[in-house]
Amino acid sequence: MALLDVQDLSIHFGGVKAVQNVSFSIDAGIVYAVIGPNGAGKTTLFNLITGIYTPTSGSILLDGQSIAGKSPDVLAQRGVARTFQNLQICMNMSAIENVMVGAHLRLDRNLLKAALRWPSIKTRDRDLHAEAEELMRFVGLDAYTGARADAMSYGALKRLEIARALAMKPRLLFLDEPAAGLNPKETIEVDHLIRKVADTGVTVVLVEHDMKMVMNLSDRILVLDYGRKLAEGTGAEVRRNPDVIAAYLGAHA
Amino acid sequence: MHQHPFRGLFVVAAVLLVLPFVLPNSFYVDLAIRMGINAVIVLGLNLLIGFAGQISLGHAGFIGIGAYASAALPTHFGWHPLLAVAAGAVAAGALAAVLARPIFRLKGHYLAMATLGLGIIINIMVRNEAAWTGGPDGMAVPPMAFGSLEISGDKPWYWIVALLLCVSIWASINLIDSPFGRALRALHGSEVASKVVGVQVVRYKVAIFVLSAVFASFMGSITALYVGFVTPNLADFFHSIELVTMVVIGGMGSIYGSVLGAVLLTALPQALATFEGWETVVFGAILMLSMIFLPKGLVPTLAARFGKGD
Repeated sequence: MALLDVQDLSIHFGGVKAVQNVSFSIDAGIVYAVIGPNGAGKTTLFNLITGIYTPTSGSILLDGQSIAGKSPDVLAQRGVARTFQNLQICMNMSAIENVMVGAHLRLDRNLLKAALRWPSIKTRDRDLHAEAEELMRFVGLDAYTGARADAMSYGALKRLEIARALAMKPRLLFLDEPAAGLNPKETIEVDHLIRKVADTGVTVVLVEHDMKMVMNLSDRILVLDYGRKLAEGTGAEVRRNPDVIAAYLGAHA
Repeated sequence: MHQHPFRGLFVVAAVLLVLPFVLPNSFYVDLAIRMGINAVIVLGLNLLIGFAGQISLGHAGFIGIGAYASAALPTHFGWHPLLAVAAGAVAAGALAAVLARPIFRLKGHYLAMATLGLGIIINIMVRNEAAWTGGPDGMAVPPMAFGSLEISGDKPWYWIVALLLCVSIWASINLIDSPFGRALRALHGSEVASKVVGVQVVRYKVAIFVLSAVFASFMGSITALYVGFVTPNLADFFHSIELVTMVVIGGMGSIYGSVLGAVLLTALPQALATFEGWETVVFGAILMLSMIFLPKGLVPTLAARFGKGD
């Protein structure tokens, strides 16, 4: 059984059919890419699967259980993590706290115990701090473990979002344009990082415009255009697909 | 909240210990008590406004609930004041909890309007239910007493408020520096990011709103018991605004900023009394200037300038 199974998924905003009858499934352990021209519905698709939007129709099954319309915090409990195309970093917090908040669901969030400085909470938080430092090193942010989030570069913040998502210990990680706005060197680094993440057993789904990165990383690719599924398959299959060449890659070929 | 989160607390505690012995007369002790009461309320309000990023323009309403619970329940029903204080806090917390869910569907200006309305409604009720509250004239508050031991006068209340302030600072620091507090600050920084990592955003907003309402109600009771008399002014719109101003001037999201804001703005009207009739103008000018030159509030600005955490 596929880890994620999406059938006939649609969402309409008034008259705009942002995603229309899209179906695909993702096996556990692979890197899956969603590509398509701007406005094709890629981020909307992510928002549907990660609970930001409720679909107009269609089904989304995670491990055979429906998650369509579930709120993001429920999805977080089921092991779904994501990053954002336009950064969503808490600038009022330090870098490492941004990572630590990713572990929210694994912690004792009791208000009263927190106010009373309950020893178990402090101990757990110290362990988490070390864990978060480890994660920051994993994503290549060794130099920023003591930094404020608002003092970090754009490229570093993109990695910080990945570290925060990893702190959730997800099974399924959605990366929305992880290389957008990065220079070629940074792009290669993020490419390596995603490979490293996938090697830890996390299933990765990414939206990305950098074709070299997509072709290099992905086991399978979904191509969207005007909210519809245009093609799906391996990199080689997609690249040969005449519809794809016409609609998308044609511009690059 | 860095290496020595409690360093400031030791300073506050030391000042509070020494203060009664250096203050020249009971006028200043009274001022210190009112500063302390405001500081605790502002701490609670800053958790809501500064840390969680949610506004309330109606917090004086909760103060009113606590104050009038301490006045009316012992007067009309013969309740022990301690029980009345608890009842007020529970009532304020329950009201906040019931109203918070619909209120926190709103954001920004709408949230401000809803909380403003809440405060005004409580104030109108207090003014109109004269049979229970004495109406616009207010009512006397039976003193806190245990058998023949009655808590009255400046000194006992000074020490009670001083203790409450220290405990509140300690608890606020603990709360902010915990998984709960981190989630609270995260939903302020990015609501969508906090949702995606599993924070139940509405529940956290409700929790902190209830907590700050309970802080306000409890200190409203303390005010009533200390002063021995309550009037509707305690629960009016201007008092709500005054509290928000203390949060902003002291520094949003700063524990010690809450204390400093409350201390300064409680003292300022007294200090400006020499301007005779012009004091509100000078008061307004000081607020405007501090917002222009210290937009982040006193403590965060000073902390940044001297390279220290608060």
